[in-house]
Amino acid sequence: MASIRFDKIGKSYGDTEIIKNLNFGVNDGEFMVFVGPSGCGKSTVLRMIAGLETISTGELWIGDRVVNNVHPKDRDIAMVFQSYALYPHMNVYDNIAFGLKIRKLPDADIRRRVQDAADLLGLDKFLDRKPKALSGGQRQRVALGRAIVRNPSVFLFDEPLSNLDAELRVQMRAEISKLQRRLNTTTVYVTHDQVEAMTMGQRIAVLSACDKANPHDTNLMQCGSPMDLYDRPDNVFVARFIGTPNMNIVHARLSEDGASVSSLGGSMPVSTQFKEAARAARGREVMLGIRPEHIGAPHEVDWPQTQSLQGQVEMVELLGHEAILHFRVGEQIMVGRLHSHGRLPSPGDTVTMNLKCEAIHLFDPGTELRLR
Amino acid sequence: MADPKTKNHIWLHLGLISFTVLALYPVLWVLALSFSGQQSVGLIDLPQDPSFLERFRAILPLPAHWSVTNFVEVWTEQQFGRWLWNSVIISLMTTLLGVFLACTAAYAFSRFRFPGRSTGMLMFLVSQMFPGTLMLIPLFIIIVKQLELGNTYLGLVIVYATTSIPFCVWMLKGYFDTIPYDIEESALIDGASRLTIFWRIILPLAKPAIAITALFSFMTAWNEFILASVFMESEANYTAPVGLRFFVGGFSSQWGYFAAGSVIVSLPVVALFLQLQQYLISGLTAGSVK
Repeated sequence: MASIRFDKIGKSYGDTEIIKNLNFGVNDGEFMVFVGPSGCGKSTVLRMIAGLETISTGELWIGDRVVNNVHPKDRDIAMVFQSYALYPHMNVYDNIAFGLKIRKLPDADIRRRVQDAADLLGLDKFLDRKPKALSGGQRQRVALGRAIVRNPSVFLFDEPLSNLDAELRVQMRAEISKLQRRLNTTTVYVTHDQVEAMTMGQRIAVLSACDKANPHDTNLMQCGSPMDLYDRPDNVFVARFIGTPNMNIVHARLSEDGASVSSLGGSMPVSTQFKEAARAARGREVMLGIRPEHIGAPHEVDWPQTQSLQGQVEMVELLGHEAILHFRVGEQIMVGRLHSHGRLPSPGDTVTMNLKCEAIHLFDPGTELRLR
Repeated sequence: MADPKTKNHIWLHLGLISFTVLALYPVLWVLALSFSGQQSVGLIDLPQDPSFLERFRAILPLPAHWSVTNFVEVWTEQQFGRWLWNSVIISLMTTLLGVFLACTAAYAFSRFRFPGRSTGMLMFLVSQMFPGTLMLIPLFIIIVKQLELGNTYLGLVIVYATTSIPFCVWMLKGYFDTIPYDIEESALIDGASRLTIFWRIILPLAKPAIAITALFSFMTAWNEFILASVFMESEANYTAPVGLRFFVGGFSSQWGYFAAGSVIVSLPVVALFLQLQQYLISGLTAGSVK
């Protein structure tokens, strides 16, 4: 059992800073997901925790000690790699037992622990097989077994499911979540898939590359519970990254009294949560965010305060239980949602959609931060 | 049969067969010579005025009489057993030393980044571009004059190992490069030291490459003639190739012994190759990643 804390962590290669000013923590027993687009440094941060990557500045705490210069084997961690990284010349038993043999545990003890792990993961029939005789899902389980058998204080997962097919991925997602709850071990899980992040994480850290497009002085965009990130994104990056389809972001202007915001050819009242922030920024340009599920057909939704949007249909994506409607309002392409069993418009049709005013998010166009 | 494709195949096979005969003919001749029981290079004495059939018979690699006396005599009446033993010791020591040093060096070249890494690999390559005889004099000075290892096993072992190492390092480095680094990082987190990873993960996975380099090192030492003939002064210390030359040197032309000796000398290499063949399989790392 251990917590992890990043204290002003940074990493640079020469003049290139790839990780900057990381300040946050993972609580004891928590399932934390690092999510972000490729190149955002999430795997690098994970490898820093593992000790496979050096840290240029700052302090990394695991439990009550700084581990910057502690060898991987002495950090009491276990890691599951994207590629599984099994030992191909050893059978499943030896793969799982390797770490214990290295640590010179008594044979009987090793046998018992490997057996327990194999039972837990449903691998007991495969113990004498080589990795190449296993399916992708079974290999993934062996990699998991290798991690849990050592009973470490921290689990690290580096995109462990990205090599599996869609069905198996959903299944393993649930299995890993269950396993973590059962073992109650502090876990850091890296993925680029926001669905994985939302479904698995107790908390999520959204990371972004430290380049010119990033106006913030760190890779960490926001860290919070899944619903926190979804309902109250701290900045435009998180607003866009979390949720499918992406949030609509358009330019808007606050009225002189700050009580309403005008955009998309209309004026909408500012929601309660932004009342004070909007008054402080009255008369200024803002960025307005609205999720596609908060733009619906008038006869399908029942929202108290709506703004009506009229536009030309560009594309309709049919998903079965719903349809995603892309339509043009002035210069802006907006994305909304329709129930798929109603009559669906075709490209070129003119549609009228309602926007739920209470669900509007406001961001500062300069800092891209949420108004508060 | 009228199928034009089949016709093409016939020509193709005729061509391939003739090349095979061309390649095997000298070997078959030596085999025939060794079992002929005589010492001359020719297998058959032609009569004064040979007919076409007799001429044809004369170029067939078949002895006039089958006999194993050459083998028996080469083994009992000559020092051949002694020379063979010298070769075995020297070749095995060369293989052990060469493969061990090549493995450790190749692992470092493959996995670590250090100053001189690419230059080092390049130097290994350059050293392969000079003919061996060019090195004769400097090697003689170093081994015989300075280290005073002339006429010893160790002197030859050092020279053979150093000449085989560059090739072995390139070969092994190429193979180590294909072993995913994830496996090592995984072992690192499992608690293994670099040395443990090298012995228990890398070497078992590199068996095919090690088999090749071992065979190469062994054959470098086993077949080498020039250096051995210069360094080994006393007859008792001859290696097998030098000993073979002894049969057909300036004062003797015992081609029968030479042929029988050659067959004996080639047997260990054939056996070794068959033995190592089982390791020459691809896909040892299959199943590790993805």
